[in-house]
Amino acid sequence: MRQVFVRLLAIVIFLCFWEALVWINDWPNYKMASPSDLWPAFWRFKGLFLTFGWETLWRTVVGLLIAIVVGVLFGMIMGFSRVLREGLYPLLVGFNAIPKATVVPIVALMFVGQHDLNTVLIAFMISFFPIAVSVSIGLSTLEPEYRDILRSLGASKVTIFWKIALPKTLPEFFGALKVAVTLAFIGTNLMEIVSPHGRGLGALFDSGKTNSDYPLMFAVLIALAVLGIALYYVVVMLEKIFAGWAERSAE
Amino acid sequence: MADTSESKAGDGDLIVIDGVSHTYRTNTGPLPVLDDLTIRVPRHGFSAIVGPSGCGKSTVTRLVAGLMKPDAGSVWLQGERVVSPRSTVGMAFQNPVLLEWRSILKNVMLPLEIVPTRLDAAARERRARDLLKLVGLAGFEDKRPSELSGGMRQRASLCRALVHQPEVLILDEPFGALDAFTREDLWLTMHRLRAEEPFTGVLITHDLREAIFLADEVIVLSGRPATVQYSLQLPDSGPRTLDHLYTNEATETLNVLRDQIRIAREGEEAGQ
Ligand SMILES: Nc1ncnc2c1ncn2[C@@H]1O[C@H](COP(=O)(O)OP(=O)(O)OP(=O)(O)O)[C@@H](O)[C@H]1O
Ligand SMILES: [Mg+2]
Repeated sequence: MRQVFVRLLAIVIFLCFWEALVWINDWPNYKMASPSDLWPAFWRFKGLFLTFGWETLWRTVVGLLIAIVVGVLFGMIMGFSRVLREGLYPLLVGFNAIPKATVVPIVALMFVGQHDLNTVLIAFMISFFPIAVSVSIGLSTLEPEYRDILRSLGASKVTIFWKIALPKTLPEFFGALKVAVTLAFIGTNLMEIVSPHGRGLGALFDSGKTNSDYPLMFAVLIALAVLGIALYYVVVMLEKIFAGWAERSAE
Repeated sequence: MADTSESKAGDGDLIVIDGVSHTYRTNTGPLPVLDDLTIRVPRHGFSAIVGPSGCGKSTVTRLVAGLMKPDAGSVWLQGERVVSPRSTVGMAFQNPVLLEWRSILKNVMLPLEIVPTRLDAAARERRARDLLKLVGLAGFEDKRPSELSGGMRQRASLCRALVHQPEVLILDEPFGALDAFTREDLWLTMHRLRAEEPFTGVLITHDLREAIFLADEVIVLSGRPATVQYSLQLPDSGPRTLDHLYTNEATETLNVLRDQIRIAREGEEAGQ
């Protein structure tokens, strides 16, 4: 309860500070919108905020889910086979080193008009690397003794994976997922802003820009922050449920 | 070749390591570790294996557990040749390797999830709880491994090695990382466990006092590549008290073993 109160208070203080800053400097709207301008902007486009917010959300989540499936798969392949790890790792690192902002226009052209596909694809591409790396490291650094306690009883590889390798990798996996969720969100927005006639919060931001509606642009930023926080805390909650033991043992 | 091994294995010893040689292939070339090693442990016997560090003791345990196959020679358990891991073996290592995400009780019950057993769920849990009580861990069943001390974790690891009532218990320096008092405490626990339900065992150790306190026979391995250099049958095999270690007789035995270890290490240095 006190925690909630402290957090709310921090937000209120931040908003007051922002309002005061704009007011004291007498900044016009196009330089810096103030919090009191935001609410009208929200209200005017409340329908769009809801539908576009939903678009951004589901695209991010779908991209992230694909990233989890593919990332875990790659991670498992690299975690279990040293040869494949040595072969795949440089490729992945190279792929990850390309700034995704440069890939966005390419993908936008490649699948022109298919906004959903474009956006999900970028969200996936930008977020699967940390997942793959964390899973592969988690699996390949599993101490042989852990494997041996089950192997010496005649357990199959699959059993060892489910009972030991997978749970032991979960903390690292969730650590990576927290990074990935933020990245996927960035990916979604990049694409939504760039692709013409797009949908989603990024597109709303872009239309604010073309119409010089600065309060709208700031309102979109706030909406993105809220969505980003929500997604992040969903991951934190899942982590508590599935890998809560790691927290206690780290103390 | 196979015929002679067959007849040797049938003569009643529960663990038979028969003329085993093994060489690891490493980046820097082949590393011969075991050379024509023969060790036999009778049913309900308990043999301690000591030897210079890195001579191949852990390799022996991995061969007996069926985790590896020897290059030459053979390993037999209960008259059957070991070609792969078998569920009648229990193992404990220097590191207790408990699973952090499971309670102590669930950790101990882990082998029962793998090994085929006639016990129902309630009986399995009772079995695990009984063992934990026997080693003095009653009341800690629902704790996580991280909430226990090193000695307590090692006790839990022993329970896990024994929970499925293995015919063969393999202990690889299980008390090596513990302080002297905890170690002595666990020695007594070992005697209690053995009296409660007899098993056939191999104990790897660096501690000669531990070897003569727990085992019926102490086997000294030579330096790498290891073979049996010396073996000593201890006079009494039943439960003992710690006072036993401070008798003249025990001191003499320890001196003999210490001499043998010295010889093994000198041999190793000369070989290099
Ligand atoms: N998987 C492996 N691959 C290559 N070499 C190995 C492997 N396992 C062990 N060795 C080498 O074989 C030798 C014997 O190893 P082992 O672990 O059996 O010794 P040990 O007697 O148990 O040593 P310690 O007393 O230190 O536990 C060592 O020199 C070690 O470096
Ligand atoms: Mg060893």
